[in-house]
Amino acid sequence: MRTPKFLITLTTLLAVLTACGGEGGSGAGDVKVPDDPAQVKGDITYAIWDVNQQPAMQEVVKAFNQTYPGVKVSISLATFDQYFTKLKTQASSDNLPDVFWMNGPNFQLFAANKQLAPVANLADAKNYPQALNDLYSLDGTQFGVPKDFDTIALWYNKKLFADAGVAAPTAEWTWDDYKSTAAKLKTALGPKGIFATGDELGNQGNWYPAILSNGGHIIKDGKSGFGDAKTVEALQFWSDMVKQGYTPSAAQGADIRGRDRFFAGKAAMMWNGNWLVSAALKSPVKDDLAILPLPKAPSGDRKTVIHGIGNVMSAKTKSPEAAAAFLSFLGGKEAALIQAKAGAANPAYNGTQTDFVKSAPYALQTFIDAAAQYSEPYPVSKDTAVWNKLETDLILPALGGDKPMSEVGAEVAAKMDEALGKEK
Amino acid sequence: MKSDGRWPWLFVGPTFAGVLVFYLWPLGKTLYDSFTEIGPFGGSTWVGAENYSRLVADGEVYRAILNTVVYTAIVLLGIPLAVVFASLMNRPGLRFAMVYRTLFFLPYVAMPTAISLVWRIIYNGDYGVLNQALGVIGIDGPTWISTEWFALVAVGLVGLWMSIGFNLIVLSAGLKGIPSELYEAAALDGAGRLQQFRAITVPLLTPSIFFLSVITTIAGFQLFDMLFALLGPTNPVMPKTQSLVFLFYNAAFDNNERGYGAAVAVLILLVVGLLTLFQFRFQRRWVSYD
Repeated sequence: MRTPKFLITLTTLLAVLTACGGEGGSGAGDVKVPDDPAQVKGDITYAIWDVNQQPAMQEVVKAFNQTYPGVKVSISLATFDQYFTKLKTQASSDNLPDVFWMNGPNFQLFAANKQLAPVANLADAKNYPQALNDLYSLDGTQFGVPKDFDTIALWYNKKLFADAGVAAPTAEWTWDDYKSTAAKLKTALGPKGIFATGDELGNQGNWYPAILSNGGHIIKDGKSGFGDAKTVEALQFWSDMVKQGYTPSAAQGADIRGRDRFFAGKAAMMWNGNWLVSAALKSPVKDDLAILPLPKAPSGDRKTVIHGIGNVMSAKTKSPEAAAAFLSFLGGKEAALIQAKAGAANPAYNGTQTDFVKSAPYALQTFIDAAAQYSEPYPVSKDTAVWNKLETDLILPALGGDKPMSEVGAEVAAKMDEALGKEK
Repeated sequence: MKSDGRWPWLFVGPTFAGVLVFYLWPLGKTLYDSFTEIGPFGGSTWVGAENYSRLVADGEVYRAILNTVVYTAIVLLGIPLAVVFASLMNRPGLRFAMVYRTLFFLPYVAMPTAISLVWRIIYNGDYGVLNQALGVIGIDGPTWISTEWFALVAVGLVGLWMSIGFNLIVLSAGLKGIPSELYEAAALDGAGRLQQFRAITVPLLTPSIFFLSVITTIAGFQLFDMLFALLGPTNPVMPKTQSLVFLFYNAAFDNNERGYGAAVAVLILLVVGLLTLFQFRFQRRWVSYD
């Protein structure tokens, strides 16, 4: 039978997970980059989750081997949905990959539980945006080297605006302009089954930038910001967009993601990140797209979160020297340029973004300027994933509904504070 | 009686070791874990019955039980349907019987995830085939996979559709075991096809039907993969549609609460165990082995 096996597998997995657990200890200590590259030998594993970036990462390994011929790096790929589950399983049995990708929401969990080696000696923090260094430090210790970064901007479809006879967006737009233009777009394009916006009602792409622009906050001093009046106003803005039928509801979004509508020419604009550039270039509307800074909040302020992948190394790696050498190389200019030229990611290394900006005929500089001028760190705590789930479970279904966001926000805040209180 | 010595153990050994390592030990371990709190990277503390008192107080659990029961009930409807299909298909002289059998069985051998992706397209609110068809007769269909209750029914229907193939195989085997003299005798006595179906086919199929209802109930309570693939973990109605196993997955793997997850797993085991026990007790009333 197919299904019964599944439960057995899960329970076995559960049992195996817990059976081999032990308290973390720091085996790697304060590692340093070895002096003589030729003397460094070892087999190490590098875990990543993005298949689109795999070719570029292989290029990086090849370049690394020119200097360090004695180190064999195997790339291990798992899809994002399973990536962190797999890592936690591996960590429980002291089998973490030697070097691996990390993201903001999961970082503190791994760092606080002594799974990561400190990396301050391996890369110069000056080379990366401050917000990213902060994202990968815990209690003043640096545990991750920023790999790339993403910010949010306004994407729009020039052709659909022209078809609708509506004036194109400008960099001076406010939320009111966004809403009133959406109304016009809905009248003109709605009958053709085209949405005014393809916003996905996600935290990183939609609420966080809106909340921060409006002067609200998501988490501050270990307390939730979802009860804050400014935060609630920002959520209400998105709720209204859905209620008016400008933005697909969460239910409609579960059917077809907003970005898929946008890239199919079925939505005219959206707030989204620079990780979509390669998808945009492959879409049928690739020649009609343009990018502008996000619309401003009523106060005239504009903010985006900045997030990026970090390269980290296991505290218990069996080849600390080889892993340190590789991590240091990953954090360097050469590795950054390889990734930028491939259009794989927008590298975090200061001054290497030009190649990425040139990789598509859109105003990609907008994302770089956003990072430098009006970005705030991605909100995290010790166990971010737990309250991220609260956000999706409670806020997402309520957007566009009759329940005022002040009630929803208060509920999220209460539950989130409870979760934050349990963090260790 | 003369002992057989050590030889029997040699033959039973491998299977026994497998059962011990992959079934019994994890079972015991899960039971133990359900009384502990386990950190995200291992290390457990004994917390007594705390996970269970939380389980009782957790409103999500009751909704998950209800959802699982509704899903199982829908899938169980596949058994009477399959009885009808099986007896139609086993009529002597039916042409293309092999074709029908293949068509019915195909969904069962296909991968649930792949099937889920196809059904996602069928159920799509704006462009899906289902709503297009409903539109023809003037019904404005919902966004099936993201509307409360509809989503659960949508998953249940796919589960039902997938289970028919397996049901048919079991029931066809059962039908083959019914002596044709019975039908001939009934026909001589003037019984019509429908009467034959009621008086001979169904009663003599009850052992197969009983087997299927036990298996289907157990499988129904383990609903997870289709929910995950058809609805998607971030679906807005997921909190109102999740099954018990989904709850377990969330606790153990998303929320890093493996002790609580283990308690949910024990609950699933208990519920399934009780239901199966009940079915075995109740079978005397309706299953005939003559």
